[in-house]
Amino acid sequence: MSILILADHHDGQLAGATAHVVTAARQIGGDIDILIAGQDVQGVAEQAAKLDGVARVRVADNAVYAHQLAEPLADLLVALADDYSHVLASSSTTGKNVLPRLAALKDVAAISDILDVVSADTFKRPIYAGNAIATVQSGDALKVLTVRGTAFDAAGETGNAAIEAVETVVDNSLSRFVDEQLEQSERPELSAARVVISGGRGMGNGENFKLLEGIADKLGAAIGASRAAVDAGFVPNDMQVGQTGKIVAPELYIAVGISGAIQHLAGMKDSKVIVAINKDEEAPIFQVADYGLVGDLFQILPELEQKL
Amino acid sequence: MKVLVAVKRVIDYNVKIRVKADHTDVDLTNVKMAMNPFCEIAVEEAVRLKEKGIASEIVAVTVGPKAAQEQLRTALALGADRAIHVATDERVESLAVAKLLKRVADEEQPQLVILGKQAIDTDNNQTGQMLAALTGWGQGTFASKVDVKDGTVDVTREIDGGLQTVSLNLPAIVTTDLRLNEPRYAKLPDIMKAKKKPLDTKTPEELGVDTGSKVSLLQVETPAERKGGIKVGSVDELVDKLKNEAKVIS
Repeated sequence: MSILILADHHDGQLAGATAHVVTAARQIGGDIDILIAGQDVQGVAEQAAKLDGVARVRVADNAVYAHQLAEPLADLLVALADDYSHVLASSSTTGKNVLPRLAALKDVAAISDILDVVSADTFKRPIYAGNAIATVQSGDALKVLTVRGTAFDAAGETGNAAIEAVETVVDNSLSRFVDEQLEQSERPELSAARVVISGGRGMGNGENFKLLEGIADKLGAAIGASRAAVDAGFVPNDMQVGQTGKIVAPELYIAVGISGAIQHLAGMKDSKVIVAINKDEEAPIFQVADYGLVGDLFQILPELEQKL
Repeated sequence: MKVLVAVKRVIDYNVKIRVKADHTDVDLTNVKMAMNPFCEIAVEEAVRLKEKGIASEIVAVTVGPKAAQEQLRTALALGADRAIHVATDERVESLAVAKLLKRVADEEQPQLVILGKQAIDTDNNQTGQMLAALTGWGQGTFASKVDVKDGTVDVTREIDGGLQTVSLNLPAIVTTDLRLNEPRYAKLPDIMKAKKKPLDTKTPEELGVDTGSKVSLLQVETPAERKGGIKVGSVDELVDKLKNEAKVIS
């Protein structure tokens, strides 16, 4: 068996999730190649070559792969897929965008967001917002899988894989990149942070999210949000934690002013320790919280920042 | 231009699901069902395109059991012009749904197909991308803004780091994210009118699609329960517990 991983990267940096996907690939077993597709991505390839267990880093460096558009990436993967039994990517917005397109072009099923490898053809994945876990077996010759990064440890970085160029260049007459607006942040990436502090509707407005910043700075935490806070315009949508936002599983998750709807819990209930701060002691979040504090967040947050 | 909108009947998003005792699946007997929330957003976007004079006709389509006609009637009440029901009682995986929708798209020749980004039951997030692959069209997934121009559509997509805008040649596939719009409610007179709108039924056999899948569902289980925690009385106690008991901060 051999496995191809489509790596996620941005601004010359390999996405942290890729190291977690490598671990999932090692559990499947077989030779592991990583594909870096993009423009000016030699630096990314060098980062990928350090990941333990990787045999080859294949680099498709061409303007057509810039911005990771689904149409050319799927065509590139189709051109390479015959050499592989499995194609994997993280359950990032890139992996979710590209891999189902590849699967349909190869006339095979795609299996989304696996959180456990039972065997080379059998996987566990969450359904119904994580309220049930399905075990599925694929009889397809090519298995196309996206991987929930938080469910697998990161591979180490002591490797030294060979880097080879992929000469395949595809056409793309279907789509064109227009522009990008990325949120700038000094804080750790939400889906990889060791500590996450999130605010919900109870924060009242966007200005009050500053109350979380001091605590986040002291804990080295990323800041997240519930859908209610995003919909109310308090914070941008890429901060949303939940079924339709990001899935996080940090060591410590602090939910502030978040009631704990099913859709939010889907994104954070695998956190190691959950703290809830809420004035409503009946809020469902307290049913999953290891430590709950009932009270007014506007009094509790400044006090918490001071005492950390 | 003609817009095709795909909708799915799923368990209502507020329902707390139960896994069957024999672990074969989730128990859906006597459970409240509804249109998938992302599909509601897709219907709303199509209706807004029609209100702007961009779309001339909206065709709603679903793949599912007879009861899924309720969701088609909802789409008609919200503003779709007619509906197509691909009737099957089988479990139909994303790839087969995409193949059925491809056949419908071949017949209807829409310029735009709008789907939700994912169904809240299977959480696959695949069908739109697969339909785009099968039709050979461009895909604008996780859309929070759709701007139809002459021969192209600009789609602003929600990506991990923020937003990305792509321009796609028409015809194209768009899948909706939650921020695309706020769906309206169907008014009673519109619900009454929707009963008279055309609803065609087809079968996968008529469309020439084999809905079989090589993926089998072996087992469904309930995830590990979290142990109930404790309530602390003060910030001091919370900080102490996190430092000395949970040892997650230093």
